[in-house]
Amino acid sequence: MTEHIVSFSQVTKRYPGKLALNNVSFQLPRGRIIALVGPNGSGKSTILKLIAGLVRPSRGSVTVCGKKAGRRIAGEVAYLSELDALYPFFTVEETIKFNAGLFADFEHQKAQEILHFMHLEPDKKVRHLSKGNRGRLKILLTLSRRAPLLLLDEPLAGLDPLVRDSIIKSMISYLDLREQTVLMSTHEVSEVEPALDLVISLGNGQIKGMEEVEKIREQYGCSLVDWMKETLAK
Amino acid sequence: MSRTFNNTQPIYLQMIRRICRQVVRGELKAGDKLPSVREMAVQNGVNPNTVQRVYTELERLAIAETRRGLGSFITEDEERLKQLREDLKNEQIDTFIKDMSETGFSAEEIVEGVRQKLLITKAGRV
Repeated sequence: MTEHIVSFSQVTKRYPGKLALNNVSFQLPRGRIIALVGPNGSGKSTILKLIAGLVRPSRGSVTVCGKKAGRRIAGEVAYLSELDALYPFFTVEETIKFNAGLFADFEHQKAQEILHFMHLEPDKKVRHLSKGNRGRLKILLTLSRRAPLLLLDEPLAGLDPLVRDSIIKSMISYLDLREQTVLMSTHEVSEVEPALDLVISLGNGQIKGMEEVEKIREQYGCSLVDWMKETLAK
Repeated sequence: MSRTFNNTQPIYLQMIRRICRQVVRGELKAGDKLPSVREMAVQNGVNPNTVQRVYTELERLAIAETRRGLGSFITEDEERLKQLREDLKNEQIDTFIKDMSETGFSAEEIVEGVRQKLLITKAGRV
C-alpha cells in the first residue's frame, strides 16, 4: 500500500480553447476528508475526472492507489458526478440493485442503512423524487461502496440546508476513514468545514494553497472562507 | 444540528474545552463513558479524525482514559478532576482580571464590583 492515495506529477489538461489545469503537482494522504475549493472554472471537476480516469492528462501523470489513472481503476474509485446520472424509470430500490450489480464492492446492507437514515422511499420512481432526494440517493450510492477513494463532485450544490446537513452527516456516519479517503469539490465551504481534514484551494488551473483545516484556525486564526480569499488573491 | 464552533480556534480545542466544562459542571462524572468516536463525530458534525485527536489529548491530560475495546472514559482519579476544576476556575478569573485591569479598574474596584453583582444576582434569584 503506497503512502499517498493520489499523486499528480506536473499535470496539464487542455480542453479545446481552454487550459483547465496548468502544470499541477500534489499528493493526497490516505484516510482524510479533503475539499477542493475555488471559483467556477478553476479546475476542480477536471482534477476529479482525471483521478476517476474519465479524462486523460494532456501532459504529466496521475497515479491512484499506486496505479496509473484510467478506466481500469473504476473498481477502486467511487465517483459522484455533478450531473444527474440516475435512470428516471428505475425506482430507488431498483437503482440500488443496479449499482450493486455494477460494482463488486457495493454493500447492500450499508445501502439499506443509509436508505433508512435518509428517509428515502424504496418504491418511489427516480423520476418522482425531489432534487433533494435525488442528491440523497446519489450520495447513498457512493457511500455504499467500499472503494478506497470516494470522489464527490459538488455533492451539496443546489440543495436546501436540510438536505446538505443530512448529506454531511451521512458522510461522517458511513465513511470508514481507516480504509477510505474522500475528495470533494464544493462551494459550501463554511458548512463542510468542521467535517474536513484538509483543503486545497484552486484558482486558474493552479494550486493556490493546501493546508490542514485545524492549522488554518490555529495559525491564521481565521475561517476557511477567509483563508480561501487570501490564497486566491495571491 | 451540530453545535457551532468559532472560527478562530481549532475545533479539537473547542471540543476539549466543552468536555472539560461538562466535567466541572458535573454533567460528566468520574468513570462515565464518552460516546464512541463515530457517535461524537456525528453528534457534533465534525470529522472523526478530529474526535480521535480530542480523545488522545484528553488522555494525555489524564482527564480521560481509553480502555481497549471498551471506549473512552472520564478518569476515576478524583484528585485530577478537582485539579481540573481549579484550573478552569483560575483560567476564567485570570482572563477577567486581565480584562478589567486593562480597562483601568483597580483591585478594590474589581472585588467590590463582583461582590455587589453577586449580591444582586442572589437577591434576584430569591
